[in-house]
Amino acid sequence: MSDGPVTRITKLFEQLRRQERRGLIAYLTAGDPEPDRTPELVAALERGGADLIELGMPFSDPIADGPVIQRASERALRAGMTLPRLLEIARAIRRRSEIPLLLFSYLNPVLRYGLEALARDAAAAGLDGCLLTDLSVEEAHAYVGAMRRHNLDTVFLAAPTSTPRRLALVAKYSTGFVYLVSRTGVTGERDSLSEAVAPLVRAMRAVTDLPLAVGFGISRPEHVAQVGALAEAVVVGSAFVHLIERNRDNASLEIQLEALARELKHGFVRQPV
Amino acid sequence: MTAETEVCGRFGPYGGRFVPEVLMAPLEELEQAYLEARQDPSFQAELRQLLRDYAGRPTPLYFARRLSAELGGARIYFKREDLLHTGAHKINNCLGQVLLARRMGKRRVIAETGAGQHGVATATVCALFGLECVVYMGEEDMRRQRLNVFRMRLLGARVIGVGTGSRTLKDAISEAMRDWVTNVADTHYLLGSALGAHPYPTMVRDFQRVIGEETREQILAAEGRLPDAIFACVGGGSNAIGIFHAFLGDAGVRLVGVEAGGCGPELGQHAARFAGGAPGVLHGSYSYLLQDADGQVARTHSVSAGLDYALVGPEHAWLHDQGRAEYVAASDEEALEAARLLARTEGLIPALEAAHAVAEAVRRAPAAHQQVFIVNLSGRGDKDMDIYRERFRELDV
Repeated sequence: MSDGPVTRITKLFEQLRRQERRGLIAYLTAGDPEPDRTPELVAALERGGADLIELGMPFSDPIADGPVIQRASERALRAGMTLPRLLEIARAIRRRSEIPLLLFSYLNPVLRYGLEALARDAAAAGLDGCLLTDLSVEEAHAYVGAMRRHNLDTVFLAAPTSTPRRLALVAKYSTGFVYLVSRTGVTGERDSLSEAVAPLVRAMRAVTDLPLAVGFGISRPEHVAQVGALAEAVVVGSAFVHLIERNRDNASLEIQLEALARELKHGFVRQPV
Repeated sequence: MTAETEVCGRFGPYGGRFVPEVLMAPLEELEQAYLEARQDPSFQAELRQLLRDYAGRPTPLYFARRLSAELGGARIYFKREDLLHTGAHKINNCLGQVLLARRMGKRRVIAETGAGQHGVATATVCALFGLECVVYMGEEDMRRQRLNVFRMRLLGARVIGVGTGSRTLKDAISEAMRDWVTNVADTHYLLGSALGAHPYPTMVRDFQRVIGEETREQILAAEGRLPDAIFACVGGGSNAIGIFHAFLGDAGVRLVGVEAGGCGPELGQHAARFAGGAPGVLHGSYSYLLQDADGQVARTHSVSAGLDYALVGPEHAWLHDQGRAEYVAASDEEALEAARLLARTEGLIPALEAAHAVAEAVRRAPAAHQQVFIVNLSGRGDKDMDIYRERFRELDV
C-alpha cells in the first residue's frame, strides 16, 4: 500500500475488504439544481446504499464530460455554485453523516482558490480527498504536497490508454483508491460495459495494492455486477445526474434517487453476466 | 535566446500538459512522433516542397508606400501571409501537422475553428491527403463566418456546430477535445494555434516560424537593417509567435502583440488576456486566462472570431513576463477603421484579426519617424465581407 493518510475513504475500503463487500460510489454535480438541495440529495444516495460520495465542482468548460454533466454544470453555475459553497455543502453533510466525501473538480477553480488554502479548508469542512480531472501526475507535485499536509487522499485517474509507466506513476501518487476510466471517452450512460475494463484492472493490479474503482459509462445494475467481479468499487455519475435533471421539479426526487442507488447497489449481489 | 523549455513543455512557468489521463499517453506519442519528424530530412523536404508549390511560400514582404505617406512617420511593411492558399497563415501549420498525422498512421483528422480560417486550411490539407475531416465550430461563429462553413463543406469536411457555452472558439475546442478523448486511437487532433497541451504550443510555433525567418531575410534585403517594431494580432497567438521567433535575440526589435479590445474594458466585453486576465488553466495549458473570481472561464467578445478566446498561448505569457514582447489591445472600432484605411490606401482588405495588428501600427506610425515597422498581415478579409457590410452600412446602398 502507498503510504497515505488515514481517512474515511481508506477506512471504507478496509471495512469493505473485511466484510467482503463491493462499494458504490455516487457522483453528483454539487449545486445542481440548487446548492441548498445538495445535502438532501446526498442523504438520499446514502440511504440507498451509496458508500462514498463524489461532490463534483461544476466548471465552465468540462472537457471530460458528456452532455448530461455539462448541462448539470451549467445549471449549478447559474444557481451560483462556487468552491466556497461546495465547502459549505460538505460541512452541512458532515453535521449528520460520516459518509466519505471526495471533491471532484477541474483544476482551474482549485488553482484560483489556492492549493494550500483549499487543502486546509477542505479538511476543515470534512472532505476526505480530492480528484482533479485535468491534473496529471506529472503536474501534481505541489498539489499532492498540499493535500498530504492536511491528511487528504489524492485520487488519480488511470485510463485504457495509460502505458505501464504511467500506471506506475498513477499508483505512486494515488492514495485511498485508484479511479479507472472504463473507456476512452467522456462521461455518460452507455448500453454496455467497455471491454477495456478487465485488461486495465489487471494492468493496474500489477503495480498497486490500492483498491480500484471503475467509472465512466456505468449506469445499470448489470454493469455494476460485471465491475463488481473485477474491482473493489464502481462509480456511477451520469445516471444519477440525469435522474436529478428529469425530476428536479418533482417532490419525489429524493425517493427516486434513493431507489436508483439501491437498485444499482443490488447489482453487486447478482451473478455477473 | 529561446523562450522554451523543451523537456516538459514549459515556457517559464507557463504551458505544460493539463489534460485528462486518457490523453496523456497519446500526447506523449505525438511529442515523440514530432521530435522524430523534426529530425527527419525527408519530412522537412516534403514540408518545404508543399509550402512552396501548394501553399505559395515564400510570401512577399511588401512596402506600403501610400499608407506610410498618409501616416507621415514610420515606413510600414506588410508580411503577406494573406496571399497564401486558403487566405491565411493557418495553412503553414496544417501542412506540417497533416504530414505528421499521415506519418502516425491516423486516418481521421479533427479540428476546431473560430473564424473558419483554420477549419478551411484543415479541410484543404485533408482533401489533399484523402483523410476524413471533422471540424467543430461554435454556432455563433458559424453565423458570422457563413462563407467559411460552406468552403469547408465544399472541401469535403463535416462541420459540426457547437451550441454549448458561448458558442464560439472556446466551446469548439472543448468539443474537439471530447471527440479526441473518444476517438484517440485513429484520430489526430489538428489544433490550429499555439495553444493546448504540450507539444502543441511548441509544434505549432515551429511550423509557423517560417514567417519570421523569411521576414528577417526580406527586411535585411529591402532596408539593409532590422525593423524597429513588428506587429501581430494575438488570439491563441500562432501568427505572432511565428513572426516573432526569428527576432527574439534582436533586442532592438520591439515585438508587439495586439489582442482584441472588443467593445469595452469590462470582463466579457473583450479578449485582452494580459490586461484583464490572470494565470490559469484552460484546454491543457497554463497561461493568462480571462476568468472570474471563482476560476470559471469568462465569456469573451471580439468582432473578430479568431481573436475571441479566453486564454493566450503560453509562450506569449512568458515573453510578456520577461518583457521581451509587449501586448496591447485594439478595439472592434479601431480594427474596423484600420481595415478601411488599409483598403483605401493600399488595396488590401485584411482579415478582421489582422486588422487589429494594423490598427496598432497605424496608431504608432505618425510619431515613429525614420523607423521601420512590419505588420504581419496574417489573413485576408474575404471571409469577413458580411461583417464589413454590416459595419460599413453607408457603403452598402
